[in-house]
Amino acid sequence: MDLLEVLDGGILTTVQDLGRTGYQRYGVPQSGALDSYALRVGNILVGNADGAAGLEMTLAGPRLRLLADTVLAVTGADLQPHLNDAPLPPWCAVPAPAGAVLSFGGMAHGMRAYLAVAGGIDVPPVMGSRSTYVRARLGGLEGRALRPGDVLPAAGDGALDRVVGRRLPDQGIPVPQRPFPVLRVVLGPHTDAFSPEGVQAFLDAAYTISPQSDRTGYRLQGPAVEHSGRADIVSEGVPLGAVQVAGDGMPMVLLADRGTTGGYTKIATVVSVDLPLLAQATPGDVVTFQSVSLDEAHALLREQEEFLARLRESAPAVFARRSFRVLVNGQEREVETSLVELDPSSPRRSPYRTLQVALGGIAHSVGVEEVPRRRPNA
Amino acid sequence: MSLLYPQSRIVPAGDRAVTVEVGEGIAVEVNRRVRALGLTIRQAAAAGVDEVVPAYRSLLVYYDPARLSFADLEAHLRDMEGRLAETPADAPRVVELPTVYGGEFGPDIDFVAEHAGLSVQEVVDVHSSPDYLVYMMGFTPGFTYLGGLSERIVTPRLETPRTAIPAGSVGIAEAQTGVYPMESPGGWRLIGRTPVPLFDPHREPPVLVEPGEYVRFVPIEAEDARSIEEQVQAGTFQATAHPVE
Repeated sequence: MDLLEVLDGGILTTVQDLGRTGYQRYGVPQSGALDSYALRVGNILVGNADGAAGLEMTLAGPRLRLLADTVLAVTGADLQPHLNDAPLPPWCAVPAPAGAVLSFGGMAHGMRAYLAVAGGIDVPPVMGSRSTYVRARLGGLEGRALRPGDVLPAAGDGALDRVVGRRLPDQGIPVPQRPFPVLRVVLGPHTDAFSPEGVQAFLDAAYTISPQSDRTGYRLQGPAVEHSGRADIVSEGVPLGAVQVAGDGMPMVLLADRGTTGGYTKIATVVSVDLPLLAQATPGDVVTFQSVSLDEAHALLREQEEFLARLRESAPAVFARRSFRVLVNGQEREVETSLVELDPSSPRRSPYRTLQVALGGIAHSVGVEEVPRRRPNA
Repeated sequence: MSLLYPQSRIVPAGDRAVTVEVGEGIAVEVNRRVRALGLTIRQAAAAGVDEVVPAYRSLLVYYDPARLSFADLEAHLRDMEGRLAETPADAPRVVELPTVYGGEFGPDIDFVAEHAGLSVQEVVDVHSSPDYLVYMMGFTPGFTYLGGLSERIVTPRLETPRTAIPAGSVGIAEAQTGVYPMESPGGWRLIGRTPVPLFDPHREPPVLVEPGEYVRFVPIEAEDARSIEEQVQAGTFQATAHPVE
């Protein structure tokens, strides 16, 4: 089913899922959402599997027209999303009708926003993933960023009613750390390749994110990290979040589109739960590194997974359509609201409340009673 | 003295991967152990082991700590190390890469010849005679790290890398030779080009040769290359391969 028509591709909008697994031994990078937490939350909210494909939208988002009814969620950076010119609540599953236009007002906070749609973006998987790797023109839509005229299909029509209005509870929304993100790292695998002073400097100093930063990695500028010997090694596999230090002593954090192997020493690796902080940091932001043990890193990851599992189980609905029975001058009618924020304190059922309303100079007696909705949300 | 460690070094590489170092340097014996261990781990397919990336002397093993603790992964890898004998023996192939040397396809061959004090024809002969071992893949999809370049044609990289090198270009950089599987920037000295695609994302596996196999460059003329290109387009091309002699 065709779901999205691209009116404007924005700066860099690509199809991403959680990346390609099993092909790094052939030199094929992982790719996938740089802020995988944001994409996963979006998918959970709209009722998809975590690994469904969505859109990664950078800095200035795209303009997209919906070709069918759906439920969508925008997560990650605040790029000021709007649906038909009305601000769209972020981190929330919102119903969107065919014909509506999703647009973005520009970057308010963070670098990358994610769009999840019910069913997931359904481009053909390449090597088991729908993620776009632009450099090799792999995956996504023809291996490239979106541009005007593109049409993206979604898989199936999802279980829309079940998910409408679900929102990520506040404690799950990442706390902004810009412009001074603190990244926790596990030291190694080559800590021995650095002098003790070099390691200490790396942990004490502040590093500015260079403009030469992209999905491959974030280059940092600051005090040089001193090696104890050579800066190059026999080439080996490079994990996500590795902090590589080349001969110039400048750290670079390697991300989803990194080369699968590399020949420079790696002083540390950013813990998985902090990678989204970096994905949302912009050139000019200043990062510091804090060493944690492997056990601590695993505890952090466990905590996040438990949180996401609870969300998957029961994301709270905070928006819904509501139906009212209305008595106007003794005549009964049923009306349905648009999506409204639920007020947990108001009773779902109440007897008619009678209001005296003047319309066009004529006094009316209006009774209102909320009733269970007859039609499902759609 | 063996370059192999008596027991592999297992080092955490962040919270989702470990580096397993089996020995020192770039050596056939060490690399053979890497490949055997990689195959053993993949075949065991233990729950929580996500991916294995073998390199020259080490493997990067990705895992899911929610399903497999670091301690259990370490024990599993030790166990795998002790079971290498169960891995089927390699039956390496040599895959032929027909290559047009020189001219527009290899604009740096004159420099390589001059640097080596050889004629262009001698460079072609020297480059196309060995079977090159594929030690590992990485850098870009389908890029092979080959071992076995003759010391006679070792050549420094370009001082200023080219911004776009056509797919299939065959180059030399110091003691390495290799093929650019897709158009990319690069600083290797280009001596020829092969019309045979080394990487095809829609093929399984997506690569023509795998680590542990060999490639041999076979000199051809430009018209032969056009004919191969047509076969590739038509989907009828079959690469020539034979067992190692």
